[in-house]
Amino acid sequence: MKNNSFKSFLAEVGDISAFAWRFFTEGFKPRFEFNELLRQCYFIGYKSLSLVGITAFIMGLVLTIQSRPTLVEFGAEAWLPGMVSVSLVREIAPVISALICAGKIGSGIGAELGSMKVTEQIDAMEVSGTNPFKFLVVTRVMACTLMIPVLAILADIISLYGGYMGANIRGVVNWDLYWYQAFDALSFSDLLPAIVKTFFFGYAIGVVGCYKGYFSNKGTEGVGQSANSAVVVASLLVFVIDLVAVQITDIFQLT
Amino acid sequence: MSTLSQTVEMEKPTAKGNAVVSIQHLSKSFGENHVLRDFSFDLKQGENAVVLGKSGSGKSVLIKCIIGLLSPDKGSINVLGQNVPDLSQEELDRMRVKVGFLFQSNALYDSMTVRENLEFPLRRHWMKSTLDDVDGMVMEALENVGLGHTVDMMPAELSGGMRKRIALARTLILKPEIILYDEPTTGLDPITGKEISNLMLDVQKKYNTSAIVISHDMNCVKIVANRIVVLIEGTCYAVGTYDELKNSNDKKVKQFFE
Ligand SMILES: Nc1ncnc2c1ncn2[C@@H]1O[C@H](COP(=O)(O)OP(=O)(O)O)[C@@H](O)[C@H]1O
Ligand SMILES: [Mg+2]
Repeated sequence: MKNNSFKSFLAEVGDISAFAWRFFTEGFKPRFEFNELLRQCYFIGYKSLSLVGITAFIMGLVLTIQSRPTLVEFGAEAWLPGMVSVSLVREIAPVISALICAGKIGSGIGAELGSMKVTEQIDAMEVSGTNPFKFLVVTRVMACTLMIPVLAILADIISLYGGYMGANIRGVVNWDLYWYQAFDALSFSDLLPAIVKTFFFGYAIGVVGCYKGYFSNKGTEGVGQSANSAVVVASLLVFVIDLVAVQITDIFQLT
Repeated sequence: MSTLSQTVEMEKPTAKGNAVVSIQHLSKSFGENHVLRDFSFDLKQGENAVVLGKSGSGKSVLIKCIIGLLSPDKGSINVLGQNVPDLSQEELDRMRVKVGFLFQSNALYDSMTVRENLEFPLRRHWMKSTLDDVDGMVMEALENVGLGHTVDMMPAELSGGMRKRIALARTLILKPEIILYDEPTTGLDPITGKEISNLMLDVQKKYNTSAIVISHDMNCVKIVANRIVVLIEGTCYAVGTYDELKNSNDKKVKQFFE
């Protein structure tokens, strides 16, 4: 029994990898679905914008409020903006926005493609002279890969603004000084890996959502299952990628 | 009832002879599940052939092999002179312009309006060639099924029968020579089912199409069938007209008519 579930786990990993690879083999051959790509970018970016924004603001605010007493104890209150900005930009904002997107976009894609599969819409595209993999999967994976970094950068900025609000609840930090200190603490080697990894987050979320939907089981309960497991697998992958990213930046001494 | 069926019987156009779809020794299995075994059948120009079979007997698999959505394990499927399993993607796309497919679940695109649904096959199949009268073609296709007023609605706003008609309009918009109907009346009430069946008959007459109709709704079968194929255990078990099979002595054939 245990052996069996391990086997099916490996089989699924293999299938997802093949699916992820197919994105490259089919995605870079013509006919390119630009209109559909733009439409997906708009939906994926716009639909999660407010959720990511609110979460980022709260994270920035809370992190600042929580960090403050410790720093005050050491008489290092002036480090607050710098410390908060490093944690937010390097880790918290990218990962939180990726997780939110895994929940919102991953499940959305899983459910959408799942119901398209079950109601034969994917077959209907195929008989209408359209490659459904390109039209549905390539565009969505591409849109996720492009839009999640954009959302993460917005989350960086909004969470820093939340940090500014947090810093002003108990103390007084001048607006210009706050931003100066926040950016001063950040170096290029903080920003680059933090942004690069969000492309991988986006790619993973897109691939998993599409995979789960595209190979959804027959029946309507299959659709719910696809949406659900898309969220679980995508969220897990976000952490795995984060772990790998931190190892790689460590090896290259970017820390 | 009998008079009605007789008038309908007389109105049916008759088959003209040469085969437009020729299936020879078709086999298809999924793992250990041997769905089709050595199935052979010819669809003649201008006829409506009904495939009768229990659910799960492989009827949908059969027509998905014809349109090239599934590839057979063995056998040949000749559609309008071309063997489907040998076609390249491009040739397959060109063949699919001439062969329409009406899906059992309609397969209308949820995220698009009725207009966009109908435009989809038009724009997709002929990207570069002349497409000046898309609007006219959409409206004509919708008027044909009597639903011109729904053009800007979403599929979710329509009833089951209306959705079936829209799906039929989308299939007809490319003026196919052959139509494959997958259970066109399943899930509809008897009256709507009858309307759809009559619509199918109109299509046959108006556009001189040939069709393979999958069904186990005997009311529909009675209206549309020129010829019936009984699919049992993956093979072509019996072929004949409605009356021939209805009066058959074979138990397995008879059970469909009870
Ligand atoms: N893509 C597929 N993969 C595996 N099995 C399939 C597939 N499509 C159909 N089958 C199996 O083939 C059999 C016939 O299915 P189908 O043709 O859909 O039946 P029906 O006659 O009701 O249309 C069923 O047992 C089904 O489970
Ligand atoms: Mg079926």
